Amino acid sequence: MISIWFFIGISLLVNGVLIFGAGLYEFSHPPDHPVVLFPAHAPIWWGALLAVVGLIYCVVYRPKKTA
Amino acid sequence: MTLLMASEVQHLVRLSTVDMIIVVFYFALVLAIGFYLRGRANTGEDFFMAGRDMTAWVAGLSFLSANLGALELMGWAGSAYQYGILATHWYWVGAIPAMLFLALVMMPFYYISKTHSVPGYLKLRFGEPARAVSAVSFGLMTVLMSGVNMFAMAKVMQIVLGWDINFSIWVSSITVAIYVALGGLRSAIFNEVLQFFLIWAGALLIPILGLYEAGGWRNLKILIAQRASEQYVHLWSGLGSFADNPMGINWAGIIFGLGAVISMGYWTTDFLVVQRILAAKDIRSAQMAPIIGAGFKMLVPIIVILPGLLGLGLLDAKLVPESVAATTGAHSYNDVLPLMLARYCGPGLLGLGITALIAGFMSGMAGNVSAFTTVWTYDIYRPLINSKGSDQHYVSMGRWTTVIGVLISVGTAYLVMQFASIMDYVQALFSFFIAPLFGTVVLGMLWKRATGLGGFLGLLCGTVSSISMWAWVKTDPSALRYVALSAHAKALAQDMYQALWSFLICVLVTVVVSLATKPKADSELEGLVYGLTKVPSVGNVAIYQKPLFWAGIVTVVFFVLNIYFW
Repeated sequence: MISIWFFIGISLLVNGVLIFGAGLYEFSHPPDHPVVLFPAHAPIWWGALLAVVGLIYCVVYRPKKTA
Repeated sequence: MTLLMASEVQHLVRLSTVDMIIVVFYFALVLAIGFYLRGRANTGEDFFMAGRDMTAWVAGLSFLSANLGALELMGWAGSAYQYGILATHWYWVGAIPAMLFLALVMMPFYYISKTHSVPGYLKLRFGEPARAVSAVSFGLMTVLMSGVNMFAMAKVMQIVLGWDINFSIWVSSITVAIYVALGGLRSAIFNEVLQFFLIWAGALLIPILGLYEAGGWRNLKILIAQRASEQYVHLWSGLGSFADNPMGINWAGIIFGLGAVISMGYWTTDFLVVQRILAAKDIRSAQMAPIIGAGFKMLVPIIVILPGLLGLGLLDAKLVPESVAATTGAHSYNDVLPLMLARYCGPGLLGLGITALIAGFMSGMAGNVSAFTTVWTYDIYRPLINSKGSDQHYVSMGRWTTVIGVLISVGTAYLVMQFASIMDYVQALFSFFIAPLFGTVVLGMLWKRATGLGGFLGLLCGTVSSISMWAWVKTDPSALRYVALSAHAKALAQDMYQALWSFLICVLVTVVVSLATKPKADSELEGLVYGLTKVPSVGNVAIYQKPLFWAGIVTVVFFVLNIYFW
């Protein structure tokens, strides 16, 4: 049976990648009306963090073949 | 997508394409989990009890997540803006002692009795009448509350995102119906754990960035003191009298009403949350689960209370009560969390934050529906309507009940849309049963002399007294000075004292009637009552694996936090 932690890993990984990508795009194309603390570029480091945690969960709890 | 039309109302945030992808991905994932688990919900134990094989972590996070709804997040963030850090009492005094009490004292009895539900325990301890009262009231209130929450959430989505209210109601309810009907409690639990992570991932940035902007906690306290009052950042120092704090309550109401009765009632007898623990794989996991939940519960104020306080200290606009917001167009207290989300979160992060709110709502709804399904099937349908069905028949009944329960909730949501005052009545009704039910269950577990008639009449009298006090204050608001013991008391103080009196009346009636009636033989109470039950050992494990050790750690942290924020 696939572990719940694997599903959580998938969720964090996909969301992290999407947020990281959106952060990079904003970094290269700054918006006309930026959010408060825009220079902190939160989507880049927060997205990267979620993606890394998600990837770790995916690898550690990946479905394994049973004998 | 055409259904996602912006309404006439001006909304707080606008989602970009990447935000929409994140929201749609969330729905796809929860449905995928439901379809994956459908083959693992073929027996009654699998469908209603998740096979009783959940680990302590899964059961504990699910236990907490079922309570961590979107309305809870937004409502308590709004309360923090309105009342300051006092709102934290609902997360610490109003939860931690009760969770530890559940883990160390009550869980062994629930677990050993192998009951499917809290009403099921009442049947074993007090007989069929007590179960019938409890099951019918719980079932009714659960689907009504689910409907009320559904409408409130759809309304929030309309205000925050401009989403059509019908779209929000139907998409969320159909999704929940599908994944719970397919995978049963296991599916609900898996999704609740997923939602727990999403809520933290989506909401934790607000306090991090907010504290950075404010210049740290020390500076935030100064900002709040300048804009409101110094009492907004003290947990206990203003609770000497009703008039000294923004909430209009005193220490006795918080400790005895909230800590000793309301929270004990909710966390130890509300089947919505207890069901998650009953699915644990062994006694140690069943005891560890609420302790893990308590550890994380102490952290929830970081993503709920702190954003409210940050809004109070940092937002330029002054937020107002809902009634004023409706007439002036200003933002209400309850908008503080979405406002802080829009303040710091651009594309991507905004989608995750909104997903966190949707996830919170759906986990609460799935909790209501799965609990209703179990209580209907095992505590109403099987004993009162058809006691000779096969296991397969009851599983089938559970699947259909899930769908019907969701439809009743949707009907309630539309009823509330037509008659808004129903919302107040339903929310009040739910609170009527919690405090007396705790009195009945805890006496049943700890006092072997309590009899069936005593338990039944105590529950009935406690509930009736609670309804009577509520009706008294509703028809004569000045009666609040008698119910809550002070003319300065406010609405929240009424809830605390109403719960306290109804609990005491329940206990008094149960004790008096029990002493006047014939007790059950000790042999009939084995496995149900303290003193007549051999509580199984958690096994020969290291000290750091023992529930008592971790309960001690949580208790120490609990006291340190309360003293630090005194």
